[in-house]
Amino acid sequence: MTVETMTASAMNELGAHISAKRPDCVLSYEVVRDELTVNVALGSLHGLIEWLKTDSTCQFNTLVDITAVDYPGRARRFDVVYHFLSMYQNHRIRLKAEVREEDMVPSIHDIHPAANWFEREVFDMFGILFSGHPDLRRLLTDYGFRGYPLRKDFPTTGYTEVRYDEVQKRVVYEPVSLVQEYRQFDFMSPWEGAKYVLPGDEKGDEEGKA
Amino acid sequence: MDGSKFDDALTGEQKIRNFNINFGPQHPAAHGVLRLVLELDGEIVERCDPHIGLLHRGTEKLMESRTYLQNLPYFDRLDYVAPMNQEHAWCLAIERLTETEVPRRAQLIRVLYSEIGRILSHILNVTTQAMDVGALTPPLWGFEEREKLMVFYERACGARLHAAYFRPGGVHQDLPDALIDDIEEWAIEFPRVIDDIDGLLTENRIFKQRNADIGVVTEKDIQDWGYSGVMVRGSGLAWDLRRAQPYECYDEFDFQIPVGKNGDCYDRYLVRMEEMRQSVSIIRQAIVKLREATGDVMARGKMTPPTRGDMKTSMESLIHHFKLYTEGFHVPAGEVYAAVEAPKGEFGVYLVADGTNKPYRAKLRAPGFAHLQSMDYVAKGHQLADVAAIIGTMDVVFGEIDR
Repeated sequence: MTVETMTASAMNELGAHISAKRPDCVLSYEVVRDELTVNVALGSLHGLIEWLKTDSTCQFNTLVDITAVDYPGRARRFDVVYHFLSMYQNHRIRLKAEVREEDMVPSIHDIHPAANWFEREVFDMFGILFSGHPDLRRLLTDYGFRGYPLRKDFPTTGYTEVRYDEVQKRVVYEPVSLVQEYRQFDFMSPWEGAKYVLPGDEKGDEEGKA
Repeated sequence: MDGSKFDDALTGEQKIRNFNINFGPQHPAAHGVLRLVLELDGEIVERCDPHIGLLHRGTEKLMESRTYLQNLPYFDRLDYVAPMNQEHAWCLAIERLTETEVPRRAQLIRVLYSEIGRILSHILNVTTQAMDVGALTPPLWGFEEREKLMVFYERACGARLHAAYFRPGGVHQDLPDALIDDIEEWAIEFPRVIDDIDGLLTENRIFKQRNADIGVVTEKDIQDWGYSGVMVRGSGLAWDLRRAQPYECYDEFDFQIPVGKNGDCYDRYLVRMEEMRQSVSIIRQAIVKLREATGDVMARGKMTPPTRGDMKTSMESLIHHFKLYTEGFHVPAGEVYAAVEAPKGEFGVYLVADGTNKPYRAKLRAPGFAHLQSMDYVAKGHQLADVAAIIGTMDVVFGEIDR
């Protein structure tokens, strides 16, 4: 049984089918590199996912992944991204919903039990709250961890470090002290879109303007 | 005598209540640092709450501040049992965004080493799962073969585990002919070792008693819990990404997809054994094709280094080499989800690129993560001793679950 992967036209058809059947849910859809991405309004997310699972053309029964992407510059800061797979129809879909920092995302664990840990992870990493989740605890980070590590404003080094204290005979938490600055290199070429002025160039720029 | 006459002896302390125990994080059958909080009624598991994250290293966060090439070695450290299969997903994601065509010889080498990785993983899983349920010899025999395979890893890239061999655009270096001959020789010998392990386990009555009808997974469970890989195939669904959504050049290989009937631990064991035989067959086909396909193993261009000779003689190549290993290459903005059939199931990378030399966001979708979260559902009602068998059959490796 060889099933050909869906071509771009078939994905377009699927996108058109979904947006025709659920025009209230689908904001827009696009097919890039044979992948179907559907932008969804947050309010209609739960209903659409339920429909995608039951509709005979879609049959997206398998939840592959839930994650988020942080865009601090946007008013609606996060993209919550869902990936679904249909083993019967052999196609995939990606749903994206924009979420404000204070928004609650409806939990889909009642449709896909597998969402439980994925939502816990998103909560743990981004601090996005899921309404109706049965057990929204932190998942991957340490017991008693504070902050949301995958947000862009969280430093890669974190805020605390742990070590074993020989005097107290236990592991202690301390603020991070770096022996050298965390190395963040700037690779933007000074010829293409660097935001800073190279030393010595200030003069040249002023002359150019004048 | 129903016991009711003795209630005068039931003081507060003697009242029967469920017993909570910690399984792990340092338990040999936990396959890494898994902490299970088990609520037991006698020996029956009532509730199972896995605590994960003890091996969390923040891979996804670290990846955001490193270049695409620097991120590659992190993938070896995810599922460290079959490192190259993870690298493969990362390379595919980048290649799809940059629309790079991988040369044929590199594709074949990738298939060859992906299958070696599959055998590495399945040997480890089958034999250590057998150890969890009481057998001691299989891991001793299996690890000898793993050792040979890791030598093949070493001879290709210089490292036994953390290979960093698959690179965006191809593989790092070409394989010497002698190595290909040795892999072929091994592939002829290896089925005998599988038969040996088969003889130890398949009809062994203790092994059967411990695995048959344990951790039964139905078709509905597969959909509900997002299973992939052997967890799906053990229950009779012939779902394999190598066949269903072929990547690389898997569509030109001739192989069977073994499926189980009952969806229990025993069937998954049988599926893994048969998959190893199929992998050996793919390896042998790949070797035949490799001998014909001579040529470069890298798509030479912006993403890949110049040849050593060019770098030493041409100024442009030297500059390119320097820029590649400091600044790295830029990937056009966009998003892509690339998945491979890793030994443990569907390993996927969701990559969001913003046009710079570093990924804006990379999400690693590990198969074991989805499997382990159903632990409570699968283990409920089983005996405490079966928990070890179920963890083994789910094939959890904490490198990829905790990331």
